Amino acid sequence: MTAGHPRRALQLVQNPERLHWHDQAVWFVRQKRDIARSFVPEWEELRSLASQIKAHALSRLPDYLEQFESRAKAAGAVVHWARDADEHNRIVLSLLRERGVTRLVKSKSMLTEECKLNEHLEAHGIEVVDTDLGERIVQFRREPPSHIVMPAIHLKKEEIGALFHDELGTPEGLSDPKALAEAARVHMREKFLAAQAGLTGVNFAIASTGGVVVCTNEGNADLGTSLPPLHIACMGVEKIVPSPRELAVFLRLLARSATGQPITTYTSHFHGPKPGGEMHIVIVDHGRSRILARPEFRASLKCIRCAACMNTCPVYRRSGGHSYGVTVPGPIGSVLARQRDLPPMPRKSFRAQWRDRGRAR
Amino acid sequence: MEVALFIPCYVDQLYPQVGMATATLLERLGVKVHFPEAQTCCGQPMANSGFFDDARPLAARMLRVFEPYQVVVCPSGSCTSMVRNHFPELLPGAPRLPVYELVEFLHDVLKAPLRGRFPFRVGLHQSCHGLRELRLGSGSERLVPAFSKTADLLAGIEGLQLVELSRSDECCGFGGTFAVTEEAVSCAMGRDRIADHERAGAEVIAGGDVSCLMHLEGLLRRDGKRLRTMHVAELLAEATA
Repeated sequence: MTAGHPRRALQLVQNPERLHWHDQAVWFVRQKRDIARSFVPEWEELRSLASQIKAHALSRLPDYLEQFESRAKAAGAVVHWARDADEHNRIVLSLLRERGVTRLVKSKSMLTEECKLNEHLEAHGIEVVDTDLGERIVQFRREPPSHIVMPAIHLKKEEIGALFHDELGTPEGLSDPKALAEAARVHMREKFLAAQAGLTGVNFAIASTGGVVVCTNEGNADLGTSLPPLHIACMGVEKIVPSPRELAVFLRLLARSATGQPITTYTSHFHGPKPGGEMHIVIVDHGRSRILARPEFRASLKCIRCAACMNTCPVYRRSGGHSYGVTVPGPIGSVLARQRDLPPMPRKSFRAQWRDRGRAR
Repeated sequence: MEVALFIPCYVDQLYPQVGMATATLLERLGVKVHFPEAQTCCGQPMANSGFFDDARPLAARMLRVFEPYQVVVCPSGSCTSMVRNHFPELLPGAPRLPVYELVEFLHDVLKAPLRGRFPFRVGLHQSCHGLRELRLGSGSERLVPAFSKTADLLAGIEGLQLVELSRSDECCGFGGTFAVTEEAVSCAMGRDRIADHERAGAEVIAGGDVSCLMHLEGLLRRDGKRLRTMHVAELLAEATA
């Protein structure tokens, strides 16, 4: 758990009605996952295979990253390397500035949340529109996502209705999800048409082909990259899979684990730029190689961000994503945050060192 | 068969009746029971909080105290898991203690059919450590054939009816020091667990970890509920009397 969690959790815990609503909403997704995986008899085998593939890819990360870079270049993409969030943000900003871009549409990317890219670009006068519906909702509210797959799971439809009334001018009191989604769609369509660049996250980067794969349910990554001439894809170094063969294992696991769907509505493969366009891939470390160097934390880099750990976690369900105070909340977030935000633990306590000294004398 | 009892510190101090029930039950099944009195806490609270150096001398002491015994039995999933799964991390290369959790020992080692009577509707609280570190049951998050060693043991008890919970193995919120540092979330989790047992019509919440039951019992008492908690050892000792 992160420091301050008990205090921040009170906001949800002290409101039993809301607590049980949130718990049940997230538990419902866990149940959908249980049903979806029950149709895959080899489920546990798939999970362990996926874990082994990640362990393998991480053990040869430099080789696979270089292979990915050369194949991506051969396909016509430009590859950038960013040591940390600052360098990542500088690279993206300069790509946009060099081309005179002032309007950017984004599909979901937890990496850019981690790097606080939106804030950086907005501070430099660029309009950033998150086009995932949940992300757009939390962007309107100027708050971070509370869940990595369902960014606005902490909000009730009435609250979203009130927000859309303020932001999009929907009728007061409108809370029908279909009507609200339609209003968001109209709003977003304008933004898509006006955008001069599209930025996406990356779910998987394929070393053998130099391609990147983005999984969405709304098709927003496709629209955001098809319309404007510039596509920027941002990925952490750990997103590498060796080849399309291994990718297949993960695609069978990801959506089932995340939302209980057999597969996301859109699984978009990008191999180089579209004709006449540009594709830039930014590969980011930002503390990941430090995690890789620590055997007890290394396994956390295998995470595919399905959020199943959040959905099953009784603490997350009863305290809400914002209570963690970090980009990725919940169980995996608590492991990752320890690595990012805290200095390394002393190797030995005073007590142990005192004992050693006594022994040595 | 002869066994040494490993009685966790909080059982020794707060729930001695669970230790006594464990001894009574084992003796009734023909087991000769020893209690090495030099035993102390196994170091779990320190280890769970990351104070490995402080846990290590306690682990070493446990190994010394139980060294003369072939079989060690403990009425707690989390303490058994500490000794079995985490001592080797604290003391690499040290000999392994042949420790069994009570249900595991009755089910896997003694394999003695239990006959008795307990005419109540029972809700089974499957503790996280017992489930996920000792595999006393299948665990709902994994796609494996369902089983529960505790339910198997209780199946032989006449009149006992296991109720069906809507969440078969959700954590009760105790979690050792978690209950102290995260009091509010911990109590919310405990109350939700109790509500699930109530809806299912349980009269008794039974489990293999007194620590979880202590948390639930505290909430039951504060909220003035009639539902009671019993350790599996107490339940079986009473049923087979």
